[in-house]
Amino acid sequence: MMPLFTVEGLAGLLFFVFVLLIILGALAATHAADLIRAVSGLALCMVGVAGIYYFLGSPFLSLMQILIYAGAICIAIVFAVMLAEPQGVRKFRRRHPIAGAGGLVASALLTWGLASLALKTAWPQAPEQINPGALEDVGRAMVTTFLVSFELISLVLMIVIVGALVLARQGRSRAGPEKSSNS
Amino acid sequence: MSLFPEIIRIMAYVVGVLAFVGLNAAFLVWLERKVAGHIQRRIGPKEVGPFGVLQPVADGIKLISKQLVVPAQADSLLFRLSPVLTMTLAVTVFVVLPFGPSLVARDINIGLLLIFAFLSINVLALFIGGWGSNNKYAVVSAIRAVSQNVAYEVPMLIIVITMVMITSSMNLNVIVSQQGNLLQWHIFPWNGSILSPLAFLIFFVCTLAETNRAPFDLGEAESELVAGFHTEYSGMGFGLFFLGEYASVFVGCALASILFLGGWQCPLGIMPGVHWMLIKTYLLVFVVIWVRWTFPRTTLYGLLNLSWKVLVPFSLVILLVTAAQLKMPWPF
Repeated sequence: MMPLFTVEGLAGLLFFVFVLLIILGALAATHAADLIRAVSGLALCMVGVAGIYYFLGSPFLSLMQILIYAGAICIAIVFAVMLAEPQGVRKFRRRHPIAGAGGLVASALLTWGLASLALKTAWPQAPEQINPGALEDVGRAMVTTFLVSFELISLVLMIVIVGALVLARQGRSRAGPEKSSNS
Repeated sequence: MSLFPEIIRIMAYVVGVLAFVGLNAAFLVWLERKVAGHIQRRIGPKEVGPFGVLQPVADGIKLISKQLVVPAQADSLLFRLSPVLTMTLAVTVFVVLPFGPSLVARDINIGLLLIFAFLSINVLALFIGGWGSNNKYAVVSAIRAVSQNVAYEVPMLIIVITMVMITSSMNLNVIVSQQGNLLQWHIFPWNGSILSPLAFLIFFVCTLAETNRAPFDLGEAESELVAGFHTEYSGMGFGLFFLGEYASVFVGCALASILFLGGWQCPLGIMPGVHWMLIKTYLLVFVVIWVRWTFPRTTLYGLLNLSWKVLVPFSLVILLVTAAQLKMPWPF
């Protein structure tokens, strides 16, 4: 155990702060009665995950986590909520009597499985410090080693966007068939 | 790395940044009211102190001494969280802004990314404030703010990617040190991209929209929405939104001056330093204020059309042309 009042010791304390953020955020995301509170919890959880990345010496990944998950995904969810849900509607949903117990068992099994995997695997020793930022390395790896997967992901995103556009156009032409011709 | 100097360092920077954010907001409130006054042929605040410079202090004391009222039906957690979050994000961004060659709290390699990562959460803070107020005007304003910010983040980030391609760095200090004198500024078409003046214009317009400034201040359209998302906030709750807004205006203008106008570098190449950074940034801030009191507010559809139908295509063209130009040095 490292002495607490050193830079490394305080950084270790920060690790627990981030873990706490993740747990609190996840609890808020799953248990909040209000959807916007749940989204805020999700954002908090994502910021905690970003903190863990930063702690593990990958600032680039950490900031991308904030930019994409907390910044973009949560805003997209907020967008969906504000289009779909009128304000003030709270979700009142009666759970099935065995749902709670079933969830508990399932999550216990999952936790046990993940924990035993993590403990049994012979992890390679983490490198001391990857070069700070590592932006160029990430870029180079994306267009050389992982080019195919990178392009496949962008293809999937392209399909999603085109599909969303098709759905949106269909909805619009049904609402106003005359107007669609001169737009 | 020993602990004690590090803590002193962090505390010095935290106090410095907070003091700067507060003074900046006070100065900008005064400047805004003075400029607005002169544009409208009146003289603005003049009673408190010489030329009214102490007016923001008086306003601040008034705001601090007022009671914080949380509306009975509001979501009190989100309602209280929102102004604090806005302020925190605005302050965090100052950590990587280089004011001088060595005057930067954390000179990290991906400073540009950090600024946009934290500014992207800002709209979430506005939204939970508006939503948590349980007020129709605030909700409408929050919805407008979200759609506006999402729309303008796209062209802004495309322009930033273009600038990163030109500078091949996300370290703000490195970007500044590439622009040693007036002729090397990235705003000029012979440095990097032939379309960089247009890129600067798009970046500036996006800054106006992202910080909810007029003519894009639909979130606070007084004639329709009372005061927008901060309708229900009193005292310093409102004050924090205000501080946050002025801090983001400063950050936006500082970024524009770092990316395009050489940051802390002198135009003539002599005596670079913090004064040049402040001069350039506050000149841009002055333009922001000038725009606010010159142009009327746009409509929401005009605003969204401008982003999706004009700024996004143009910024994509800039990106493509710049990429082509970097691969095939000109003349093509």
